Amino acid sequence: MLPVWGRVGTEGQETRDENLEALTKGAILSRGLGRSYGDSSLPPSSHPVAVNTTLSDRILSFDHDTGLLTAEAGLSLYDLNWTFLPQLWFTPVSPGTQYVTLGGMVASDIHGKNHHVAGTFGRHVQSLKMRLADNSIVTCSRRELPDLFLATLGGMGLTGHILEVTFRMVQVPTAWIWQETERIGNIDKYLVALRESAVDWPMTVGWIDCLSVGAAMGRGILMKGRWAEPDEAPARAPRARPQITFPVELPSGFLGRPLVKTFNTLFFHQHRRRARRGCIHPEPYFYPLDTVHHWNRMYGRKGFAQYQCVLPAAGMPDNARRFLDVLTSLGGASFLSVIKDCGAEGDGILSFPMPGISVALDIPMGDDTQHIVDRLNEFVIDEGGRIYLSKDALTRAEHYRAMDPRVDRFLEIRRKYDPDLRIRSAQSVRLFGDPG
Amino acid sequence: MNVVVLGATRGMGRAVARQLARRGDRLFLLGRDQDQLARSAADLEVRGARGRVAYAPCDLADPESFGAVLEAADTELGGFDTFVLTAASFGTQDALEADHDVARRLLTVNLANTISLCEQVRERLMSRGGGTLCVFSSVAGDRGRKPVGIYGASKAGLSHYLEALDHKYRAAGLVTITVKPGFVRTSMTQGLPEPPFAGEPEEVAKIVVKGIDAGTPVVYAPHIWGVVMSAIKLLPRWLMRRVDF
Repeated sequence: MLPVWGRVGTEGQETRDENLEALTKGAILSRGLGRSYGDSSLPPSSHPVAVNTTLSDRILSFDHDTGLLTAEAGLSLYDLNWTFLPQLWFTPVSPGTQYVTLGGMVASDIHGKNHHVAGTFGRHVQSLKMRLADNSIVTCSRRELPDLFLATLGGMGLTGHILEVTFRMVQVPTAWIWQETERIGNIDKYLVALRESAVDWPMTVGWIDCLSVGAAMGRGILMKGRWAEPDEAPARAPRARPQITFPVELPSGFLGRPLVKTFNTLFFHQHRRRARRGCIHPEPYFYPLDTVHHWNRMYGRKGFAQYQCVLPAAGMPDNARRFLDVLTSLGGASFLSVIKDCGAEGDGILSFPMPGISVALDIPMGDDTQHIVDRLNEFVIDEGGRIYLSKDALTRAEHYRAMDPRVDRFLEIRRKYDPDLRIRSAQSVRLFGDPG
Repeated sequence: MNVVVLGATRGMGRAVARQLARRGDRLFLLGRDQDQLARSAADLEVRGARGRVAYAPCDLADPESFGAVLEAADTELGGFDTFVLTAASFGTQDALEADHDVARRLLTVNLANTISLCEQVRERLMSRGGGTLCVFSSVAGDRGRKPVGIYGASKAGLSHYLEALDHKYRAAGLVTITVKPGFVRTSMTQGLPEPPFAGEPEEVAKIVVKGIDAGTPVVYAPHIWGVVMSAIKLLPRWLMRRVDF
């Protein structure tokens, strides 16, 4: 069984080897740590074998003057963080989990809490070494095969196998985070606070309670952060924290609306009215959910769908409020939803973020989940937004095409390098009509 | 420490080399593939190994090459004090029963040639007053079992030799460490049915480096395999004939 984070995996196999160049020869899909939620890292059912890149995880060079680092695509962000953070270097952009690989970070063109200032990971990538569908090995960058390079940033691994990634790390003053958090009463106030805090804070994100209604709709907790200065931080370097493991698979449906509502309410009220500030360890700041290994087991065997979309800045704040209205009317019960303002669009052709507001929520997989996703997608199309393919498991091909006109350009480049569409995934079969 | 690692490009050897690099040991790598050696050397330098990480191609199937590569390692490191050997051949019992040549080559590599290399390492270390020889054998050598009859025989012979070496030379300064990994998730074991207590290479590496530092003569990794094998060694033959592990 090949798992994905949403727990809706497929029958299939992985091949593993330290020599990724040899391993990818003739292969149709590469995957890393399997943290994408939907089917983007799953091979099509007709050819259920994927290359697992995680044994190919060597750091090939690092320039202490420029921060330029080259590594094999299977290097995990966890390994990168704990190799370099003690030396006060950090990834320029980090997603919400450190259990991802460099190849996955490129293929998803991941964004993070600093998107409004740093853009997506792709902005910091200098070049990629890839094995293409015709089995040739090439290096691409903004100067060399630029169409391939830009289609690969956010291209969900469909343009070829990423073998090596060269990108620029950033230097940080300490390895600790200075954080301020505040409780905010509703979505309108929340969006204003998010926008205002983006001026002074390089990292912002928040959790909102999308089950609250009326005047309290979208109440939440805003988290603002920056790297702590030496006089604010402990003298010692932080160490990787042990994880606790979610021990059992809960029955599907256990997380019903009453339980989620109770949890969200408690979470909101555990934060006092007054803002909190202080120096914290980087793991709970960047990766709070990593604290519990296999937290996705709480969704049971049926799993869950994560839905993440970005709504354009032009429609704010009304579009965010109406999105929550639609979600509420559909009965979609989600634990705290992650909400974050996005800055400029990345130059990856299918890169997810655009200027506006990103909302991510978890929906337990059930009979009505497809209906909920369809209705949310129709709303997103009407608003001119788009969804994040790394999260998606259920979007219909016609919806995706309607929300992202860039797809034609992407498919044109893909066909140039892979006319037979040999490199493909279960997601590309679903969304682009690739051979199953 | 000045350490030579044979097998540092893959699996548990890579994990052990990284543990040693992180704490600033000097390393010299041996392995079959020049390109893979170069990549691993670069990786270990970035991860903290002291000085340049040099390497030389070495194939356990080619015992003629052992002298030259050990000389190269000695020259580069100014005399190594620790030798870690994780490389070996592996084949399933079915594959080895089906092809006698493959089985013979495996026995030659894992037993005769590995012992030959260890002997040359012993001579070098003893000539300068001792050191540490850490060799990966396997739990497969602890008991004759159906799925690992031939591979297990090679490891049983190797464990036997290493134990004798430790008995004979420890007092004179040569510390011999026999590592017996259980099932560990590496490229070597991919596709094999996974038993309980399967371990990760990083977990094994931490235990092994601790064993090297402490001079522990036999190291089971993960530790639970020591208990498991103690139990299996107690099982009567009539029962072993009936079970498939």
